[in-house]
Amino acid sequence: MLANLIRLFRYRGLVRILVARELKARYRGSVLGFFWSFVNPLLLLLVYSFVFTSIIPRGDLAGLEPYAVFLFCGLLPWTWFSSSLNESANILIVNGNLIKKVVFPVEILPVVAVASNLCHFVLGLPILFGFLVWYGLPLRPAELIWFPAVVAVQLCLTLGLAMFLAALTVHFRDVKDLLANALVLWFFATPILYEMSSLTEGGRALMNLNPFAHLAVSYQQILFHGEPFGHGPWLGALAAAGGGLFLLGYWFFDRLRDSFAEEV
Amino acid sequence: MSAIALDGVSKVYRRYGYQRRFATLKSALLTGSLVRHLRPDESFRALDDVSLTVAAGATCGVIGRNGSGKSTLLKLVAGITRPTRGQVRVAGRVSALIELGAGFHPEISGRENVFINGVMLGLSRREIDRRFDEIVEFAELEDFIDAPVKTYSSGMYMRLGFAVAVHVDPEVLLVDEVLAVGDEGFSLKCLDKFAEFKRRGKTILLVTHALPMVERFCDEAVWLDGGRKRLTGDPRRVVQMYLADVEQAEDVHLAAEDAKAQQSPAVSGAAPPPAAASAATAPPDTAAPPDTTAPPDAAGPPDAAGPPHAEERPRGAEAVEAAPPVVPAPSAEEGPADSDTPASPSSASAAAEAAEEASPDATAPDAAGEQPPADMFKAREGRWGSGAVRIERVTLEGRRGAAHVFQSGEPMTIRMHVVAEQPVADFAFGVSIFSSEGVCCYGTNTHLEELEPTRLDGDGEVAFVVDRLDLVAGTYKLDVAVHKRDGFSYDYHRLLYTFRVKSGTRDVGIYRPRHAWRFSGNIRFDRPR
Repeated sequence: MLANLIRLFRYRGLVRILVARELKARYRGSVLGFFWSFVNPLLLLLVYSFVFTSIIPRGDLAGLEPYAVFLFCGLLPWTWFSSSLNESANILIVNGNLIKKVVFPVEILPVVAVASNLCHFVLGLPILFGFLVWYGLPLRPAELIWFPAVVAVQLCLTLGLAMFLAALTVHFRDVKDLLANALVLWFFATPILYEMSSLTEGGRALMNLNPFAHLAVSYQQILFHGEPFGHGPWLGALAAAGGGLFLLGYWFFDRLRDSFAEEV
Repeated sequence: MSAIALDGVSKVYRRYGYQRRFATLKSALLTGSLVRHLRPDESFRALDDVSLTVAAGATCGVIGRNGSGKSTLLKLVAGITRPTRGQVRVAGRVSALIELGAGFHPEISGRENVFINGVMLGLSRREIDRRFDEIVEFAELEDFIDAPVKTYSSGMYMRLGFAVAVHVDPEVLLVDEVLAVGDEGFSLKCLDKFAEFKRRGKTILLVTHALPMVERFCDEAVWLDGGRKRLTGDPRRVVQMYLADVEQAEDVHLAAEDAKAQQSPAVSGAAPPPAAASAATAPPDTAAPPDTTAPPDAAGPPDAAGPPHAEERPRGAEAVEAAPPVVPAPSAEEGPADSDTPASPSSASAAAEAAEEASPDATAPDAAGEQPPADMFKAREGRWGSGAVRIERVTLEGRRGAAHVFQSGEPMTIRMHVVAEQPVADFAFGVSIFSSEGVCCYGTNTHLEELEPTRLDGDGEVAFVVDRLDLVAGTYKLDVAVHKRDGFSYDYHRLLYTFRVKSGTRDVGIYRPRHAWRFSGNIRFDRPR
């Protein structure tokens, strides 16, 4: 497994080139091209803020003004997370022909899925920061240094899950469909549309089991709330868990590796 | 030193039922092996205990029938799949030409795809940069390299894939039946490239059905049969043994088909009956009126002789009988000749004409009209006749006994075992050979050759002996029949027997006259290879 991890590192050039291909190919032939990376999250944001401020106005939004910015802080990382998992779950099957015909470390494929969605996430950041500036929220460098750390933790967590799901789907195609719905549930069970502190005592305790809740809260604290970052211990714990999850996911993937070429 | 070494390698493909899937996954995780401790629902042994070494710098050809495990072997050597048992060792960088252009993304340009494909096959960006122009030039795609790959023709796609793969500069090259790339010129270039690889001491493992390639290029050949190694060694010898085996298998296959045809005349004849059934008794009647020249001959006998027999014998009772007056009569009469030479031998001609005239009329009223009259080549295979005399068994014999595959120019004997329930005095035996396109190569019968029948009672054997079967290579079908001199069928076997002719020469046509070439003056040829 260690040897394979090292090999994966050696193949980073291929990851880079495949991510570039993915980004190029995705919008090839569309009029807006690369702008979709910006426009997509913007549209998503418009939909959610329209729904939750105009259609189902909520009473408990005090302190969450401007709501759109609050929403965006959680929504952008979530989009990265959920589309990474959705794509990874399918990626070995979609690339079945490649797996059967070309020799290369297959784990590159879920890594590419996660990495290319990371790129979309990064491309969405200027919009997020633009919003922050537009609404006059202060950008506090002391807090912002935590931002890459949160991203790194999320990356670990996502990679681990992506590997696990990618390998599992090869043997159980049902995972793909289950996952899409599970992610919707997960979205609403995560403090993205609402604030974690608005929950009851019990609700918060339960929410602590949701890894993405800590990520969302971290993003919100760093970017939105004007307080110092106080989620550090949780983030640390999550980092450890994320690292563990990555290793576990990779181990799982590695174990099933030999079956891929026959099953896809 | 060996570049490729397989040691007792087996590969078993398995398929699991859905209930077992959870068990599969669990045990895979717990024991670390997906295949141990499991009883699969079905398993398929693609390779069975194959050991093989290819010396560094050698070119080894792998031949064998479809499904013999050639591609599995290649995948194992490439490292795409792992052996179930045994060990595979490969020394040096491997490039597998298993599927060209696997991994090309249709939306992006050829240029970018070259880079991606190259990196995937193990080159660094810098190496690709250095070889890029060479690759594009080799693929002959200078003008299209910046167009998206989805706009490429399949030939362009394959060429680019091939070009990248061979420029990876592998120590070991695996090739799976991919040489049929592009036009003549490009194929030659590919062969040149292979020759160059060979010269530079690379190891090549070639899986192919192109046996001449194996004979020409390879230092040794391996013949896989049903997942096992059957023979290995000098390519010429292996290829020849393989060819002999294929021939034998063909023989067995054709024999099985013949046996099927002979055993179930009713089945093979069953196709026409529904349509013909209504007309079963009709043909004689319908045939009679238009027949002005020789009504008693053509239409009379079937009417008189047919039905009684038909009632006695179940086979005769099959409506198949409807057919004889319509289609087979002419052929029985004078072989297939009737369709192109209506002006045929005297006594037969009357009946033939009658039959020819009868058939259009016969087809019109009855629904059996799907068979165009007089065009006997479109007639389906089958068996019909009154059954008063039956051909019980037909065997083809070559130089060494029963055979279905003959070398061009070999002798051939068609042997029919015939049985007559009651003595008959009016009978003739006929044989015709058809090419697979339905062209009659030759047809004759004893009546045409003026053999006067006197008596046939009980059983007997008829042998049609050909000294030299001077046909070109191909598949041929056979009609055999016993009928009255006027064409009324006792037992007609239509295209029921198949034989194949092989030949070392790729000449064309049907008939190969014995011949020789002679030259004089300043005409020189090299000796043939």
